[in-house]
Amino acid sequence: MASPIEQFEIKNVLDLDLGIVDASFTNSSLLMVIAVGLITLFLVMGVRRRSLVPGRWQSIVELAYDFVANMIRTNVGSDGRPYFPFIFSLFMFILFGNMLGMLPYSFTFTSHLAVTLGMALVVFIGTTIIAFAKHGFHFFSFFLPHGTPWYVAPLLVPIEILSYFTRPVSLSLRLFANMTAGHTLLKVFGGFIVAMGVAGIIPAAAVVALTGLELVVAFLQAYVFAILSCIYLNDALHMH
Amino acid sequence: MSEEPPPEGLEDFGARLKRLQAEAQPQQRKRATDEPTSGMGMAFSISAHMVAGVGVGAFVGYWLDRWLGTSPWLLIVFFFLGSAAGMLNVYRVVTGIDMAMGYRPATGDRKSSGSGIDGPNHRADN
Repeated sequence: MASPIEQFEIKNVLDLDLGIVDASFTNSSLLMVIAVGLITLFLVMGVRRRSLVPGRWQSIVELAYDFVANMIRTNVGSDGRPYFPFIFSLFMFILFGNMLGMLPYSFTFTSHLAVTLGMALVVFIGTTIIAFAKHGFHFFSFFLPHGTPWYVAPLLVPIEILSYFTRPVSLSLRLFANMTAGHTLLKVFGGFIVAMGVAGIIPAAAVVALTGLELVVAFLQAYVFAILSCIYLNDALHMH
Repeated sequence: MSEEPPPEGLEDFGARLKRLQAEAQPQQRKRATDEPTSGMGMAFSISAHMVAGVGVGAFVGYWLDRWLGTSPWLLIVFFFLGSAAGMLNVYRVVTGIDMAMGYRPATGDRKSSGSGIDGPNHRADN
């Protein structure tokens, strides 16, 4: 039986060594390209007809659009509107990555910390730059909440600064841990089916249930990543 | 294919649209805040915050030590500060019903509409 974590192994699809960096096209890159291609296809084909009364496909596209638009409206407000394309792309990319990972023989690129940390760092650095651009040095008031007694400040300020820097880490860790744990669990239960023979029907039932759960988690984690990005954006835009 | 709105209807179209959007709002707001509060999601969120706090603290301490040559004192100090930061984040997640750990309540349109349940407004911003 294959090891339950073998599914996360990065394999080169197309070797490409640039001397200083190994820029090989891997199975992870392949899935990312497929995800982007599918998203483009999904959106472009969905709005191809542009009918006033949407058909089924167009309804789904509009639902996705409305979903993210509402998320930004309730969490950031109307000044969050310029950032809609970014949040929408982020949400769709993670959602499609998670969902593609649910296909058998596929690969889940969101189960790699390098990928999730990369996205989280873009959000983190981006929101920090926005906060600086909007508020200048007033940004540092972030680290000293209102009404803090002066004698607590020397202790609280380093804690707040560290807490700020944990944002990209916890953001990426959450997605990574969810995807890795879920897929490992599926594989472990899948192994039990073979090992237990006739009684394998019990783990098989568990796998069916877990697959449903994983589909929910795949959506939920994309949603959580997007909503936390919105919340960080809100903090950056509306700092008092 | 579709009926054109009568020209005189255009006047109050904006008003009607606003009213309908206001009606649709509470339901959407509920969905936006309630969904991620699944038990497992919350557990993952909390563990991610704790691990991230300790990890970032230790990482910062280690590199400051390497830079200033004060090993191991800053590592020890920042380990505890990082753990405190992780706990603070967990506290923020738990007290603000949803998964948010923003420093300030969301300033979206939900405040201006001002009715009923607004969970995220008791997110701790102490």
